[in-house]
Amino acid sequence: MSESIIIAETSKGAVAPVTAELVSAAIAMGTTPTIIVPCTDSSIADNAGFEGAGRTIAVKGGCFENYDASSWAAAIDAAAPAGTLLAAATPQSKDLLARVAARRGLAVVQDVVAINGSNLTSPIYSGKAMQTVALSGDAAVSVRANIFPAANASGADVSVVDQSGDVATAVQEIIARASARLDVAEANIIISGGRGMGSPDNFSHLERIADVLGAAVGASRAAVDTWDDIPHSMQVGQTGKTVNPNLYIAVGISGAIQHLAGMRSSKYIVAINKDADAPIFAHADYGIVATWEETLPVLESALSAMMA
Amino acid sequence: MPNIVVLVKRVPDTNARIVVNGDRVDLSAVKWVISPYDEFAIETALQHKEAAGGSVTALTLGPAAADKVLKDAKAIGVDEITRVWDDSWGELDSNGIQSALADAIGQIGGEVVYCGKTAADTGAGSTGPGIAERLGWASVSNVSDVAFDGGIIATAPAEGGAAKVAVSGNAVITCDKGSIKVRKPNVKGIMMAKRAQVNVISAAVPAASVTVVSQSPPPAKPAGKKYEGGDSAAEVASLLRDEANVI
Ligand SMILES: Cc1cc2nc3c(=O)[nH]c(=O)nc-3n(C[C@H](O)[C@H](O)[C@H](O)COP(=O)(O)OP(=O)(O)OC[C@H]3O[C@@H](n4cnc5c(N)ncnc54)[C@H](O)[C@@H]3O)c2cc1C
Ligand SMILES: Nc1ncnc2c1ncn2[C@@H]1O[C@H](COP(=O)(O)O)[C@@H](O)[C@H]1O
Repeated sequence: MSESIIIAETSKGAVAPVTAELVSAAIAMGTTPTIIVPCTDSSIADNAGFEGAGRTIAVKGGCFENYDASSWAAAIDAAAPAGTLLAAATPQSKDLLARVAARRGLAVVQDVVAINGSNLTSPIYSGKAMQTVALSGDAAVSVRANIFPAANASGADVSVVDQSGDVATAVQEIIARASARLDVAEANIIISGGRGMGSPDNFSHLERIADVLGAAVGASRAAVDTWDDIPHSMQVGQTGKTVNPNLYIAVGISGAIQHLAGMRSSKYIVAINKDADAPIFAHADYGIVATWEETLPVLESALSAMMA
Repeated sequence: MPNIVVLVKRVPDTNARIVVNGDRVDLSAVKWVISPYDEFAIETALQHKEAAGGSVTALTLGPAAADKVLKDAKAIGVDEITRVWDDSWGELDSNGIQSALADAIGQIGGEVVYCGKTAADTGAGSTGPGIAERLGWASVSNVSDVAFDGGIIATAPAEGGAAKVAVSGNAVITCDKGSIKVRKPNVKGIMMAKRAQVNVISAAVPAASVTVVSQSPPPAKPAGKKYEGGDSAAEVASLLRDEANVI
């Protein structure tokens, strides 16, 4: 198992930074990765060279215009050499990885957070336990962001392969997100509000801090269920999104087990809650026992001063 | 009229405390339920049948104890309940699970499959797309809404928002929570489910190439710092920059 293939993460027509973390993960598995870049314009692969990685293959095809799992999997499978497949643990890449793996009869290990040779660790039961598995051959592995260091960039040795697949789904309409704000699943910093915010209008206080930090705004299920103005796309938790940001700020959120399931692996957690016994404090690196009304203005002005 | 299959998995209740004994999770005391996203899959499958006719078969892979979730699905309104299992199977990896489920869907004659976007125990999200690939079908994942207008029009996340995609032909749809309300079993359904017969079938599975080494409690977080009063937010902001280095 000395060969590995990284399916580069792409976003907004460019190779996303998490791809450099996948190189470190591949090296931790004792492999030298080949980087596969699915694209419609192969010039994006010019930035996909990394120290410790082998060559870069730009797989160029019309099917990569919109995400269609079956044609993407077919095109990538045709262009990628054999070996262990790695991808970022984003919803789309986990899906794609599972399809490419099935084409090759490989087992899949998703959401890996630690690598020790061919032993891989990932959370199970929504993070209430960890599981370590051993690979006895090639496999397909997705790796969570913000865990492995990013490999340094280097000149890319790019070969371009024209390869498309039969598209099985037809996009009829793209519904743009109402706000231009980042989605919680894509953010490095998230500030979330719960029922303790009192009303959906009060989320504007969270939005202002999000603007200062370049953060996404999330919500608890109680907030989503109580207020029509807070869409389910903002929900973090068991039946919402699983997030893994560098910083998660929970405001007026009690810290129910199903909320924790979606955010407990955040690198740093700040909790603001008026109840000193709220369970969220057991998971917070920095806890502030106070109402949000007295806390958020202080936080906003302190952060604004720092970021200025 | 479509032959619809919905996958339901038996998992520990998401409120359950997960205990580790030795180097394995001990599930002897947990309450078992249908995996939460599979409830949305059941509802979507039933809506598909109501729009296009046909029948809905709930399918699970598991030992006899998994009959309970099939009966729960029957009470909600599915027509048939099928369990695929073979006592000779050892530990199955995702490759084995997908092979067996794809084989079972073939035996049932399924034409469209609904399942959860992730199971509450694995959190993986591999099964739906993996089965679709094995069957040579289309797949759309993390679907929040489905409309039935001749074919299937599924709403799924896309860069910058969501996309409505039309699917023609056979497909696997993995279901997210979305805005649909799931129906509850009624008294008649519960009575019918009691008498319902589970069809038990077998399937061929490949040898596992991924084996579990150990399971453990999540690493304990060192106790955090706790402050009183809103003014402490200024100090916390500095620590986020100077101690945690996250802003
Ligand atoms: C199957 C299932 C799935 C679920 N999935 C999810 C999920 O995905 N995500 C999720 O979040 N939940 C989920 N839940 C719900 C979960 O159990 C909780 O009910 C929910 O997380 C509570 O949200 P909350 O913390 O906002 O509300 P509450 O529990 O009502 O807590 C509000 C908090 O705000 C504090 N507060 C009140 N006023 C103020 C103030 N002025 N300033 C500061 N603090 C204040 C209170 O002290 C309290 O701690 C799920 C439940 C089930 C059964
Ligand atoms: N053993 C199983 N029996 C029935 N359905 C399953 C099984 N395993 C997975 N599934 C289905 O696949 C979905 C995703 O599972 P996973 O890939 O494990 O996250 C689940 O929500 C179920 O709908």
